[in-house]
Amino acid sequence: MLLRRSGLIGIALFCLVPFYWMVVSSFRRTSDIYDKSPVPAPWSLESYSAVFDEGSGFGRALANSLLVAGVATVVTLLVGTMTAYALARLTFRGKNVVLALIIAVSMFPGALLIVPLLKLFTDIGWINTYQAMIVPSMSFALPLTVWNLTVFFRQLPLELEQAAMIDGCTAFTAFRKVLLPLAAPGVFTTAIIAFIATWNEFIIAVTMINNEALQTATVRIAQFTGAAKFDTPFGTQMAAGVLVTIPLVILVLVFQRRIVAGLTAGALK
Amino acid sequence: MTQPTRTGARSGRVARSAVKEQNLLALGMVSPTLVVLALVVFYPLVAAIRESFYTSGGLDADGFIVEGEVFTGFANYAGVIGDRFLNATLNTTLFTVVTVSLEIVLGTAMALVMHRAFRGRALLRASILIPWAVPTAVSGLMWKWIFQADGVANTLLGTDILWTADGVWAKLAVVIADVWKTSPFVGLLVLAGLQIIPAEVHEAARVDGATAAQRFWRITLPLVKPAMLVAVLFRLMDALRVFDLPYVLIGPRKESVETLSGLIWDEATRVNYGPASAYGTALFVYIALIAFVFVKLLGADLLSDVRARKKGGA
Repeated sequence: MLLRRSGLIGIALFCLVPFYWMVVSSFRRTSDIYDKSPVPAPWSLESYSAVFDEGSGFGRALANSLLVAGVATVVTLLVGTMTAYALARLTFRGKNVVLALIIAVSMFPGALLIVPLLKLFTDIGWINTYQAMIVPSMSFALPLTVWNLTVFFRQLPLELEQAAMIDGCTAFTAFRKVLLPLAAPGVFTTAIIAFIATWNEFIIAVTMINNEALQTATVRIAQFTGAAKFDTPFGTQMAAGVLVTIPLVILVLVFQRRIVAGLTAGALK
Repeated sequence: MTQPTRTGARSGRVARSAVKEQNLLALGMVSPTLVVLALVVFYPLVAAIRESFYTSGGLDADGFIVEGEVFTGFANYAGVIGDRFLNATLNTTLFTVVTVSLEIVLGTAMALVMHRAFRGRALLRASILIPWAVPTAVSGLMWKWIFQADGVANTLLGTDILWTADGVWAKLAVVIADVWKTSPFVGLLVLAGLQIIPAEVHEAARVDGATAAQRFWRITLPLVKPAMLVAVLFRLMDALRVFDLPYVLIGPRKESVETLSGLIWDEATRVNYGPASAYGTALFVYIALIAFVFVKLLGADLLSDVRARKKGGA
């Protein structure tokens, strides 16, 4: 019991302490940024106002991130859930080839993507568009989604869909009405994974976009670094970091409840 | 494990009546994914491999810039046996082996603790999601701040280590930052696997007198293996192409932490598209080799599942 509790506390500390340090540092004044006190004294919003002074349009960058990651996640889930179901449940020719392809795609290095996609998007006029960030994001979000969901679908009992199909459901109806509701926890977990993966995307966004109005938050935040090499504005960086992370933390808390509810419902069966 | 034969016989009856329908449905369900991947992955792959054999913008014998691209054979691959490429390969490999091992052990431990927890479980699972929710670029900045010469890490340890300078400590800083960020992700995937194990299996083993250790090694671990293998596979693939963490935390073109992706990015930003594509292709082959070896283990598992079902159905 004691061991278990200390394990829980250990995990929480491991996860939260470095993050807490970022939050605390973001609330210090620039003059006492090197303080080591666990609580800022005095509290200050200096760094936060600096974030919005400096970039002018940091809010816009946050909105861009939301749009790009949101659209990419929805499209990825729509496409990926169906494919995962087919891979987990249907018997069809070329299934192993599709599985192998998706495994192959998940090992594709993003750095190799940049040069050819830059040339392609220049030709079709996609430079400085949202789709230039959304579509390439699916190169890593889609294999991840299909993989996770295939494994998840496989672990659900086959008998339920078979019963539905014997009662006259088509395979697609069985998928939609029987398997999908059961798989909700897995789908939500996958949605979070896909959203965060696309929100964190960096190389493609920084390559395809040079119009400031379309930049995502991760790209914008990186621009707070570099310029002044020996006088890095750490307070501003930490404040911007907190701002970029907050939407994700809120999302995690919201989805958290749904995941827990889904899992408890499954356990009661 | 005896289940496939039983359900297989039943699925056989259903499957036979609907083979054609299933083929058509499968085509409809799988093709959108294939179309997307063809556009964003297969096309760039082919284009990049082609690019790696060409050079553009060079000067001809008279000193004029050559228009278009010229086929140069393996000239772009000359750098693959160079010191910088080998150093990047070594850095990438070391980073991958160390972080993935640490993350799978820590992640499994976290999943086991969370699986048993009832009070504060939701809160704990939310907090475990936070490191992973922090964007890599932000986490790089965060650890850079923590690892400053007069930062909190040195204060707590009572040391004066220059973590973010080019050197062996920089490697450790990158490993720590990655383990912090990614172990929770592994934990989450393993936890999902744990929760599918029916409680009855554990109860039966307990009734039969199995100790906690026996239950872990003989029941939990084999049953959670599929989820764990997926986690390891994804972590391997991710770690082998790591770019943004060492870039933000230590900086670009730092010998001690330059990864293969970092090297490719550096060449690409200097408009050395040929060498960049050649290194990219080499990285792709390297990752494919490692994945092939790994999938030989994992794939056997996946395919035996398919085969068992097929056999049962026939």
